[in-house]
Amino acid sequence: MRTLVILGGGTAGTMAANKLRARLAPEEWRIVVVDKNDDHDYQPGYLFVPFGINKIKQIRKSRQSFIDEGVELLYGDIERVDPEARTVLLADERELSYDYLVIATGTTPRPDQTPGMLGSEWRRSVHEFYSYEGMIALKRAMKDFAGGRLVMHITELPIKCPVAPMEFVMLADDYFTKRGLRDQVEIVYVTPLDGAFTKPVASRELGSHLSKRGIKVETDFMIESVDQERKVIVSYDEREIGYDLLVTVPLNMGADYVATSGLGDELNYVPVDKHTMQSTAYETIFALGDASNLPTSKAGSVAHFSVDVFVENFLQLAEGRPMTHSFDGHANCFVESGKGKALLLDFNYETEPLTGHFPFSVGPMSLLKPSRTNHLGKLAFRHVYWNVLLPGRPMPLPAEMSMTGKHVE
Amino acid sequence: MPTTTIAGREIDVDAEGFLTKPEQWDEELAQTLATNIGIELTEAHWVPIHFLRKDFETQKETATLRRVSTVGGIPVKELFALFPGKPAKKMSYIAGLQKPKGCV
Repeated sequence: MRTLVILGGGTAGTMAANKLRARLAPEEWRIVVVDKNDDHDYQPGYLFVPFGINKIKQIRKSRQSFIDEGVELLYGDIERVDPEARTVLLADERELSYDYLVIATGTTPRPDQTPGMLGSEWRRSVHEFYSYEGMIALKRAMKDFAGGRLVMHITELPIKCPVAPMEFVMLADDYFTKRGLRDQVEIVYVTPLDGAFTKPVASRELGSHLSKRGIKVETDFMIESVDQERKVIVSYDEREIGYDLLVTVPLNMGADYVATSGLGDELNYVPVDKHTMQSTAYETIFALGDASNLPTSKAGSVAHFSVDVFVENFLQLAEGRPMTHSFDGHANCFVESGKGKALLLDFNYETEPLTGHFPFSVGPMSLLKPSRTNHLGKLAFRHVYWNVLLPGRPMPLPAEMSMTGKHVE
Repeated sequence: MPTTTIAGREIDVDAEGFLTKPEQWDEELAQTLATNIGIELTEAHWVPIHFLRKDFETQKETATLRRVSTVGGIPVKELFALFPGKPAKKMSYIAGLQKPKGCV
């Protein structure tokens, strides 16, 4: 009997466990998933709840209900991995031995890493929307906001779902317009990048959507601290931006046990081969989803497509054969642009997001251009996530990116 | 990929002028690259540049600002003082490397 231990039962961990359970003989392979609790959140919903697009109860479900009965699910905090002894130690001193380990504990916002961010105004005038608690506090703050300067701020890349901050300002534009308050709200988008987005064509297209909505963009802003008393954020080159309501994306970091176990880079992400997600240090360790240092977006779509590749490779590995499947960095993101429309980005390691259309079985979806179909696609995706993706049912979306329909500039 | 002549030498660069072949770099070239973007290299500038070069040998990619600060031990504040405005881009340009890929 061999054992596969999967640390983290989120998008990547759950999919990997379910897909492998269906294909590895139960009498030969034991599969164990470890997570700290039973809450599985549909994370794209964090952005929607403050605007009333999703309800709180639609985005949290029982983790266990999505994990195959043939998989052992343990709850506990992870203390350390010993990659030489191939063991995982939990905080309550339980120890698990593995033949193979998957690290899928994602990335977490860390407001403690920026001086002044966690002051007495945290979750009052200083917010984030990458956690359940953050989303609820922000919903209240948005409702109570009567006017002034709303600053959307990104601390440092990489972040989970790098388009979400842009969606936030476009949805905020819509939200305050509907409430008849838009004239009294100034929206500013502050980024450490030199444009609205990381890739040139998307940066140009998305940047134009921001300026059309009267949203100001402040670029090359590397935050040093938050001064909650004066309500300003301060950069390393001593620029200051005042706010009435600050919505920040704190520094994102991988789990602390990754660092303690000597498996992480400077942000606690596991260095992996970008085509196989296998650790560059240990052949018995893989990292899936946001937990790795893959040079592509930290996004659910990447978790999905890379898990598909990982599963095929792992079956080969289990049979003692070489791994022949290769992940191309495929990511695919809906970007809510307000007014019931959304844009779609589709890209991989080699090809940046381009304009054109995306060939989908129910009909083409336009790329980098707001459309109603894209918006409906994004809303429908919540059902797809719970009912198709997590259980590991087949999706009509190939892991590998296609150039069909894309306009090459 | 375009090439350009820097300090009398044919150098391979990308659309933004970053070197695409790190092996074409040497310290003399760095002086010229620095002058191109209005920076006069002092001893303090060489510390992060040497760190970037050394780190690239093992990592095969350009260190991010955070890595220069946490692994290289040079405070971000100091990097902003040495390479005003856009330290990550400016350092990697002078060090003859691609700009860091942290931004995806």
